[in-house]
Amino acid sequence: MQVELVDIHKQYGAVKANDGVSLTVAPGELHGILGENGAGKSTLMKILAGFTARTSGSVRVDGKPVDYRTTAAAADLGVGMLYQDPLDFPQLPVIDNFILGQAGTISLSRNAFKARFQDQADSFHFRLNPEALVNSLTVGERQQLELLRLLALGIRLLILDEPTTGISAAQKEVLYSALRRLAAEGKSVLLVSHKLEDVEALCDRVTVLRLGRVTGSMARPFDTEGLLRMMFGTPPHTPTRSAQPAGNAVLMMDRVSSPGGRSGLVDCSVAIRQGEVVGLAGLEGSGQDVFLRVAGGLKPPQAGSVHLSGQSMCDFNYHNFNKLGVFFLPSARLEEGLIPELTITEHVALQDERRAFRVPYQAAAEDAAQRIEKFRIKGSPQTPVEELSGGNQQRLLLSFLPPDPRLLLLENPTRGLDLESVNWVWQHLQSYSRKGTCIVFSSPELDEILMVAGRVLVFFNGRVIMDAAAAATDVQKLGRALAGKV
Amino acid sequence: MVSKDSAGHLIILPQLREVLLTVGVVFGFASLLLIIAGAPPLEAYYHLFLGSLSSWVKFTHVVKVWIPLTLCACGLLFTFRIGLWNIGVEGQVMIGSVFTTWVLRAGGDSPDMGPVFIVLSLAAAALGGALWAAVAGFLKTKGGVNEIFAGLGLNFVAQGIVLWLIFGPWKQPGVASMSGTETFPATLWLNAPALLRIPPVALALVVAALVATGLMLRYTRIGLDLKAVGRNPGAAFLYGLKPSRLMVLAMLFAGGFAGLAGNLQVTAVYHRLIPAISSNYGYLALLVVMLANYNIWLVAPVAFFFACLNVGSIQLPMMLQLDSSLGGVIQGALVLATLGMHGWRRIKQTQAEGHAVPSPGKL
Amino acid sequence: MTELDVSIIIAGVIAGAAPIVLAVIGETITEKAGLINLSLDGSILLAAMASFVVALKADSLLAGFVAGALVGAAVAAAVAVFSIFLRQNQVAVGFVLTLLTRDLAYFLGNPYSRLQGPQTAPVPIPGLDQIPFLGPVLFNHPLPVYFSVVLIGVCWWYLYRTSPGLKLRAVGENPKAAYARGINPWNVQVFYAVCGGLLVGLSGATFALCTKPGWGRPQGAEGTGWIALALVIFGGWHPLKAAIGAYLFSFLQLMGIYFQGWLPAVPSQVFQVAPFPLMIFTLLIMSLAQNESVRRWAAQHGRAAALLRFLSGMAPASLGRPFRPD
Repeated sequence: MQVELVDIHKQYGAVKANDGVSLTVAPGELHGILGENGAGKSTLMKILAGFTARTSGSVRVDGKPVDYRTTAAAADLGVGMLYQDPLDFPQLPVIDNFILGQAGTISLSRNAFKARFQDQADSFHFRLNPEALVNSLTVGERQQLELLRLLALGIRLLILDEPTTGISAAQKEVLYSALRRLAAEGKSVLLVSHKLEDVEALCDRVTVLRLGRVTGSMARPFDTEGLLRMMFGTPPHTPTRSAQPAGNAVLMMDRVSSPGGRSGLVDCSVAIRQGEVVGLAGLEGSGQDVFLRVAGGLKPPQAGSVHLSGQSMCDFNYHNFNKLGVFFLPSARLEEGLIPELTITEHVALQDERRAFRVPYQAAAEDAAQRIEKFRIKGSPQTPVEELSGGNQQRLLLSFLPPDPRLLLLENPTRGLDLESVNWVWQHLQSYSRKGTCIVFSSPELDEILMVAGRVLVFFNGRVIMDAAAAATDVQKLGRALAGKV
Repeated sequence: MVSKDSAGHLIILPQLREVLLTVGVVFGFASLLLIIAGAPPLEAYYHLFLGSLSSWVKFTHVVKVWIPLTLCACGLLFTFRIGLWNIGVEGQVMIGSVFTTWVLRAGGDSPDMGPVFIVLSLAAAALGGALWAAVAGFLKTKGGVNEIFAGLGLNFVAQGIVLWLIFGPWKQPGVASMSGTETFPATLWLNAPALLRIPPVALALVVAALVATGLMLRYTRIGLDLKAVGRNPGAAFLYGLKPSRLMVLAMLFAGGFAGLAGNLQVTAVYHRLIPAISSNYGYLALLVVMLANYNIWLVAPVAFFFACLNVGSIQLPMMLQLDSSLGGVIQGALVLATLGMHGWRRIKQTQAEGHAVPSPGKL
Repeated sequence: MTELDVSIIIAGVIAGAAPIVLAVIGETITEKAGLINLSLDGSILLAAMASFVVALKADSLLAGFVAGALVGAAVAAAVAVFSIFLRQNQVAVGFVLTLLTRDLAYFLGNPYSRLQGPQTAPVPIPGLDQIPFLGPVLFNHPLPVYFSVVLIGVCWWYLYRTSPGLKLRAVGENPKAAYARGINPWNVQVFYAVCGGLLVGLSGATFALCTKPGWGRPQGAEGTGWIALALVIFGGWHPLKAAIGAYLFSFLQLMGIYFQGWLPAVPSQVFQVAPFPLMIFTLLIMSLAQNESVRRWAAQHGRAAALLRFLSGMAPASLGRPFRPD
């Protein structure tokens, strides 16, 4: 079926997420939607999928205008979406997730559905256990489940929102061959991504979005330079890797194990030296986040020991770790790192070390104004932090770090940020590492890790299976390691 | 607040309009109930308001309700700020009364030391209420028990303790009675000048509580910390705050204020321990704070209004053979209607911003 | 009185637990879909009053039960509407309603206080009630009691063996994902809030027309709502476990009466109040069971681990937080 988006506008208060977007998807086409974070791709797709309502504009299916405002209606027309954050039911088994949303009888005919499920999974070479709970699956496996479910609903236009983030190279291949097969069967596929290579590898045609508008469209064969220009305007400059002076060990983990995520952290022994920039790679839930939290004193290890500059840290308390110069920045900025409804001034006042009984709001407001200027945050001291954009929130969080920490633990620091903010963040962090601070960060983007880190640790099922210098490895090797193949 | 537009029509500020609408709906509802109950609504309202404001004596009764109610409400502002539902405030009042009675009983033999014992009893009451609140606080922070259930359970336990004391160790000489313990001698009463009929000490306490609460929450470290933890305890931890400690601190404040309220019930109102010493003021204070929208300025007037309803509804059984819980119905309905009004405003705002709103019907 | 007649005790426990089971199952359904109905204690009273008055005036037990159920449903619907569509805090709304409905019950029920009204009678099941020992214990109860027992099984079957039950659980776990699949999570939550409310209303009616017949101030049902809320947590949001909790509670209440007789020196307040600290204690145990260090210890002690697994139950992930689109 052919789908057209005509002059779509989406307004959120003062923000225009989509500003007059038009595009056409032909039947059996593998169509890529390319753009950096914040370009409006996800919003557009959510409108197409019926998850969000458009402000104005129209959608046409096979030439006829349609007006649907719900996902159910979209599914009836054959439009379905695989969301970036899997929208499934982690506490329920795979088979129940498959069944939910499909028409059926009152009595749950699990066996009939199981048979159908198994057939479909086998035909795509997906290996999924129907009785397993979804929270034990990797992101790639959850995607496969979702794909099967949408196909069972008779979807003819499949939208995938950033599907290649957080899956291994092998899983990507499996996904791509499944998508090519669907296209061959006459179904249309919309692949939304900010990763040029992924879009180039799969798609027949690419539409590029920037700041809510279409800046261009291209068919195979692709001109990479041209696409980059459409994505960014001027070619972006990327941060470079900083030199690694060898220093003393700052963080020493000895056979540390701790539960958490899918696999927890198992028997981890790692030493981080002064001035190192270490990137933690791995599928989501493979132990990187647990590593960061144990290293930061937010989680006690079940086994093993942690030493900071030779000092044994048995009494696990983040505040003590702070005193030794260790700081942690969570990836969920608003949910875990900032306090909604409090203004920037109040956040500054909160961190006042003197902790005077009467809060010096005046001084805090001045301090806040200084930070806003120095870090170029778009906001005023009285702005509540939830009103700041993601990039500005990250700048604010970074502004709260002391001038010379010993160890910075960052969970996915550039999550959801546009390129300008990403560059700024790395420039800022690299200024720390030049002064001798260790930086340990996790990221689902292998390119980012190779770009800025001097050393890479790959986590698989809770263990560090690869510990290499960034210069000595590449994306392919890392991609295989993510799936456990070293 | 009220102005005219170009055509000369009165424009009343939207908030005022909302308040009037809310009050109108509630009194309409109450009138309906009165009709169902077979009583003439206007007469009932007449008795309600007359019962509370028609004479100086009646007015002092209202003030005697207003004082403990406002004290409890001040304490609750601390726990609400940190996001706790301190349902246990009722029990904290009772334990405050218990500690008060315990101290005053020790002072029965020394009439000259009256004022000293009264001051001691105030301290003991605050301490007792705070400790009782701390139990609920620790059950939450160390035991993971939701403060609603912990508070509720402790309320029942406190009530049990009060009853046991009245019918057991502290019973009146002779036969234990529902009317409470033996009345304290006048030397242990909080003094009220004959014409004023309200102890100035009590008034001073309330005013001090309101001022202290307002200043603390707005200008001090504690106020900021409580607010931060209330909005996001996990993030607050990353900023060096200790959420568990702050939660217990908030409970201590709430319990302390509630304990003082309990003390005044004994020293200024009943002059003994009675089974219903807390008179539901704890639960009512929760409603007061909700209706006042957690705003210190509105606490005193709202509490006053509720106190009028409380005192006025006592007339109803006598005058119209109605149950006095009509007062409670009006209070509850007011809070509910206000919540509804807030919700309505929020829906309109959300839609105006272009966001979707939950709606019934087929998706 | 001081003799322990086991058959009387068992029969007493089952009969006494009937209204509690109804309330607990009703609230389990509601919370499984993601909504907390904190107004339970007051709704039960209001439903009790309504059912008594209607039964009295219409001289019909059936009308009484229907009235009670409808009242319970109406209050639950109010909680659902206020929290889902008007976006108010569920705990706040539930708390206000618990006070409001209680005061409403006392106010409107005033003229009917201490009146003699219709009461259910035991309905022996022909044949089964002749079985020695089990017969009179299990098969000679009023209809509401049979209903409460059957309800447990029906609820379990519905939740875990049917499609609508799966939908219910899904909405409670992740309403956003349900929304993405074309299920209207708000409809589902309102629907099951009302269903749960119907059962809560029946609980009140059972009090007024069966277990503690009549109306007054107090009625005798006071406090049950709070216990029911705690029992839902105790039961790990699972109907079978929650029902076991209800029977356990009824047993303890009955035992309290016996203990009072054996220990006249202990003040009566202790027995009246005892359920509530017990409730706190069980909640404490439940939440400690979720504690990491406790789990680690139990992993080494086989039987403790089994007990822990029995006790543990995860709250529906979205409990108390209605989904906001976009």
